[in-house]
Amino acid sequence: MATKASAEVTDHTEGSDGVRRRDFLNVAAVSFAGVGVVAVALPLIGQMNPPADVLALASTEVDISKIAPGQAIKTVWRKQPVFVRNLTPQEIKAANAVPLSELRDPQSLADRTKPGKSNWLITLGVCTHLGCVPLGTGEGENRGPYGGYFCPCHGSAYDTAARIRQGPAPKNLEVPEYKFVSDTTVQIG
Amino acid sequence: MSFGWAKSYEPKHPLMRWLDERLPLPRLVYGAIGGGYPVPRNLNYWWNFGVLAGIFLTIQIVTGIVLAMWYYASADGAFNSVEHIMRDVNAGWVIRYAHMNGASFFFIATYIHIFRGLYYGSYKAPRELVWMLGLVIYLLMMATAFMGYVLPWGQMSYWGAQVITGFFSAFPLVGEPVRIWLLGGYAPDQAALTRFFSLHYLLPFVIAAVVILHIWALHIPGSNNPTGVDVKDEKDTLPFHPFYTAKDGWFAAAFVLLYALFVYFAPNYLGHPDNYIPANPLSTPAHIVPEWYFWPFYAILRSFTVDFIIPAKLWGVLAMFGSILLLFFLPWLDRSPVRSGSYRPLFKTFFLILVVDVIALGYVGGAPINWWRTALGQLAAAYYFAHFLIILPLISRFETPLPLPNSISESVLHGEKKEAAPVGAPAHSTTVAG
Repeated sequence: MATKASAEVTDHTEGSDGVRRRDFLNVAAVSFAGVGVVAVALPLIGQMNPPADVLALASTEVDISKIAPGQAIKTVWRKQPVFVRNLTPQEIKAANAVPLSELRDPQSLADRTKPGKSNWLITLGVCTHLGCVPLGTGEGENRGPYGGYFCPCHGSAYDTAARIRQGPAPKNLEVPEYKFVSDTTVQIG
Repeated sequence: MSFGWAKSYEPKHPLMRWLDERLPLPRLVYGAIGGGYPVPRNLNYWWNFGVLAGIFLTIQIVTGIVLAMWYYASADGAFNSVEHIMRDVNAGWVIRYAHMNGASFFFIATYIHIFRGLYYGSYKAPRELVWMLGLVIYLLMMATAFMGYVLPWGQMSYWGAQVITGFFSAFPLVGEPVRIWLLGGYAPDQAALTRFFSLHYLLPFVIAAVVILHIWALHIPGSNNPTGVDVKDEKDTLPFHPFYTAKDGWFAAAFVLLYALFVYFAPNYLGHPDNYIPANPLSTPAHIVPEWYFWPFYAILRSFTVDFIIPAKLWGVLAMFGSILLLFFLPWLDRSPVRSGSYRPLFKTFFLILVVDVIALGYVGGAPINWWRTALGQLAAAYYFAHFLIILPLISRFETPLPLPNSISESVLHGEKKEAAPVGAPAHSTTVAG
């Protein structure tokens, strides 16, 4: 014991706070290497994010002049399908007749459209369950029990305001950011 | 390696002696799969499937490397490059069909291998790490198979990628950013395809590395056996070579014949015809299903239809991942000291129910949704979790196992020793002949 203790005294200078120089050097060396690992890892992880050309497609203009009431079109924004639907007065009435308390994801039709343009329902065509494209835009497609959209993958049914009413999807079809550039043109994104 | 009586490598040729002193590679092989590895003498044919899985891993790597020489990972060209392999490349069709069906047969061999381990208690001490490393291999296989299925960029490829990456969006807050990060975009596209190709090429080699760890960990205690009784002495074992190399060899040849039957006569039977339609991001096929080997998990995913505290979608994803992760705890859920199901009457019954249950889950996962299939899937999913979390711990507490044989060789001789012994002689007084 005595020889070991004396060896420690001679080998390592111990500061008044009890930290040996060697401990300090170890911590400093490992920290420095740790910073290096983070500096290398960040670009390696970051490269997986969407590249600039994908982000550059983040806004698109749609001509809606040809969509008659009751019709819908499918367009593409950020490589994802977007549904643009011109609601009929009956569909608007049906959507407004549903009390919000009955909804899984409570939103009124007014929340999901622009003021004065409540007949234009613009949503992503991506089921909020696992990302399939719901049916209901094309002529004669199954629009499900609530007359909006119906996802064939796992049976989620959306109503005329594209709100989730039945099936496994947790949310309403997402309303992307958009604005009316003119009465007949919408800019999505 | 594992037992005292294991023969050590003795190089005969001077060249081999020269090599052994410098790089003992032949010694390693001899101790791992040669005459130097003693194996219980009573292994039945269920024990052939580990080697078989290794053979299919090799087939997949070899055919995959060849396919990568012709495949073109581009959202515009991937589908056509696969068709080019099928139509124009010399022998391309057989190499691709071998790879496609090789994946299925790799899973068949692996599933039998896993259920063999479940029945004979191969996950129990001292083989817990063998079991857990096997589960790691299985998870890596699933990731590899999923990414490989995306590569032809057909309709099922595309929508499979969309749905599987959609799992991640179930997690609150981080889910959607993680999904976009994984895809490198907002929907599967060029970035996703290229990275899946890169990882699909990488992961098989990671699997091969974990397979080496799996075998290494296995060779410390040595193989389990149908009685589950520990090896006691040399007469309980046989050297791996020539006994098990011969048995594995002929059985592999027979099993590969079955595989060849699919490759040559029903190459698309296990696939889905929709994957011969090029990917269309604007139209989902009416009935999307994963490959058959994922059906049980797909059924568990779809079993949750009602929000309960957290959204149904998140429940589904958690349950699906949980169904595999819980197997990592299996060595501690089943506390029975008896390994082999053959000596556990209650366990055996419930094991058979589990097999039927997983088959039912597979059926539900592969078929279109309707009300009774959903109900059956929910029942089967609940039973799956109940089996591991409730039934197994209870069985191991209350079951009375059958008497175990005293040794492997005694069980092999079916008590003939007792029959042959003079009347009144004690049962274990003489050694067993050959």
